[in-house]
Amino acid sequence: MRFVFKTRYEQDLRLWRHFGDLKGYGLIAIVLVLFPAFADPYYVGEANMWLIYAIAGLGLMIAIGFTGMVSLGHSAFLGIGAYAHAYFMQIGVPFLISLPLGALLAGAMGVALGRPTLRMHGLYLAIATLAFALITQEVMSKWSSVTGGFDGLPVAAPKFLSIQPNEIYGGEWFAVGGWHVGWSELWNPSSLYFMCLAVLAFSALLAKNLLRSPTGRAFVAIRDSEISAQSMGINLAQYKTTAFGISAFITGLAGGLFAHQITHLAPDAFNIFISIELLLICVVGGIGTIQGAVLGAAFLVVLRSFIPIARDGITAGIGDVEMLSGIVRFVNAPGLEAGLFGLLLVLFIIFEPFGIYGRFLKIKTYFDLFPLYKKATFARQKSYVKTERLR
Amino acid sequence: MNIRRGAGGTRGAGGEDRLDTFQIYISLLINGLSLGCIYGLIALGFVLIYKATEMVNFAQGDVMMVGAFIAFGLISGLGLNFWLGFLLTVLIMIVFGFLLDVVVIRRLIGQPQFSIVMATIGMGYVMRFVMPYAYNVEQIAFLTPFTGGAVYMGDITLDSGKLAAMGGTIVLCIGLYLFFQRTRIGVAMQASSQNQLASYYMGIPVALIFSMIWGISAGVAGITGVMLMPIANVMDPSIGFIAIKAFAGAVVGGFGSIPGAILGGIIIGMVEQFSDYVLPAGFKDIAVYSVLLAVMVFRPEGIFSQMGRKKV
Repeated sequence: MRFVFKTRYEQDLRLWRHFGDLKGYGLIAIVLVLFPAFADPYYVGEANMWLIYAIAGLGLMIAIGFTGMVSLGHSAFLGIGAYAHAYFMQIGVPFLISLPLGALLAGAMGVALGRPTLRMHGLYLAIATLAFALITQEVMSKWSSVTGGFDGLPVAAPKFLSIQPNEIYGGEWFAVGGWHVGWSELWNPSSLYFMCLAVLAFSALLAKNLLRSPTGRAFVAIRDSEISAQSMGINLAQYKTTAFGISAFITGLAGGLFAHQITHLAPDAFNIFISIELLLICVVGGIGTIQGAVLGAAFLVVLRSFIPIARDGITAGIGDVEMLSGIVRFVNAPGLEAGLFGLLLVLFIIFEPFGIYGRFLKIKTYFDLFPLYKKATFARQKSYVKTERLR
Repeated sequence: MNIRRGAGGTRGAGGEDRLDTFQIYISLLINGLSLGCIYGLIALGFVLIYKATEMVNFAQGDVMMVGAFIAFGLISGLGLNFWLGFLLTVLIMIVFGFLLDVVVIRRLIGQPQFSIVMATIGMGYVMRFVMPYAYNVEQIAFLTPFTGGAVYMGDITLDSGKLAAMGGTIVLCIGLYLFFQRTRIGVAMQASSQNQLASYYMGIPVALIFSMIWGISAGVAGITGVMLMPIANVMDPSIGFIAIKAFAGAVVGGFGSIPGAILGGIIIGMVEQFSDYVLPAGFKDIAVYSVLLAVMVFRPEGIFSQMGRKKV
């Protein structure tokens, strides 16, 4: 067991609690930065998906985990971020401006949606966001002049200032000693990977700093009890709208990167199922933790790429055996993935409400306190339903 | 269900044209009313649960889908008489709803609200996978006594399936009203919906009452599923998504009010049908959700206000 002995005020303000934290996260950061140098491009692509989902999940986590607002419409914010970014890129806005611009648009939509609905009971937000996601999807398919309708919108590769050993087409400035300098489409899975990593680091730092600030503490207070928070002088509507806007903004950032990952946008890519996947990330990873979003996204991406492999393996392996044809039918059933995700959502909420990160903390505590660990430390308090109504 | 502009046929002399328009509006009205009754009944299902337990069942549409699939299995699969199959469906659904509460929801009592929202969404996805898998079909259809029937009133032809949906809604509402007002269990349900702790002290088994409410709600969903059959003609597992429109209806009516749920559902059904006729193709869903968002902005408490301030 490590006891943090605080001798200076700065220790309270630090991002890390003690040196062990710094070592652990530093090690993870080094591994992540070096990852594309050693990994196959296919795995880098999967890692991109992981990072993008982690960013989007982090956005949703700010709404669900920190402020206690259920949103079923984050697929819409992902979509708005993606479409806006792709559209701005198309009309010639540079990448580094277009990405935050698209995210700001998503954030603005979040504020516009949140402002009227957040005054009401939390359920209204869930329903409103659900309706919003459906409207957004319809608009994406109908507003052909901007979104390309059902044909979709191709996403242009961004141009960066780069130094390359080979000649750069179009944007070359000069060449010195065999090295070519200029604007080039330096775009492959690895460059997207570093972009995603940078955005994830930025978003995680944003969320972490937010939680250390009075604003973030107000969010958590609202999550725990709205009336208590209000009686402490917190302006509910304002803080909830702020939280929802930030949440939509971060998910919009993920949307811009998602556009580059899938390279061709279509309305179907942003259906309600994406919202459910984001919910799954938050629940499986661990509600109310930044690490949870990253772990949950890893879980989701691994599961998603594992299901087709398992399906093909089982179908090929036992496809001819008559007795086991039921298993083959099961693994090939349409909608299996969605059903499995739904089941996982239910199981995690019932049996592991703090998710993977919560389990990690429990295991860590077990070893920290080795012979003295008690199960009751993390036991959930069960009670009757606390009413939220007056009449 | 889908009457497009100009579907009325000849556009000749003025009188004939007016009659055509009149007929179109009558059938839009009937379509809107019957569809609205379906939305209203789905909304009724989760308003019942909401009133009693302060949870919202986001899987209500999928529960209705399960009901339709069970009725399909009994009526079309086993070849039972329609009314017998209908009755059995409702009984099975009541047990199903009861078990849903006992197995899943009861474990979540006292947890924050979003965990119940997410758990019910997850259950919806599981149902949407399990039902077609269990039956090994993609779509279902079964005959009801109302399928294809029609009632003629002068120049106007009324589809008997739609009339049955409206009549069924009225009967069901009266039945539920009597149940809640006149029976011991119904009054106990009202009590536990008003104050759980106090009714527990009065000796009402609140947990059991909750499970019963879930059972009733699932039973209503089963009835809805069967009543939707002659209107929809063919159903697939994603029919459960119409619950989103039922949510819209519940919000319009004022969440937590039973007459509001029915009325709101009918309003949403009307908006859907008339906007489908008036607006270009494909805008009816946008119209419905816009009405929902507009109600939230301008009259968030709905028609029959039920939602008060939150307590600590």
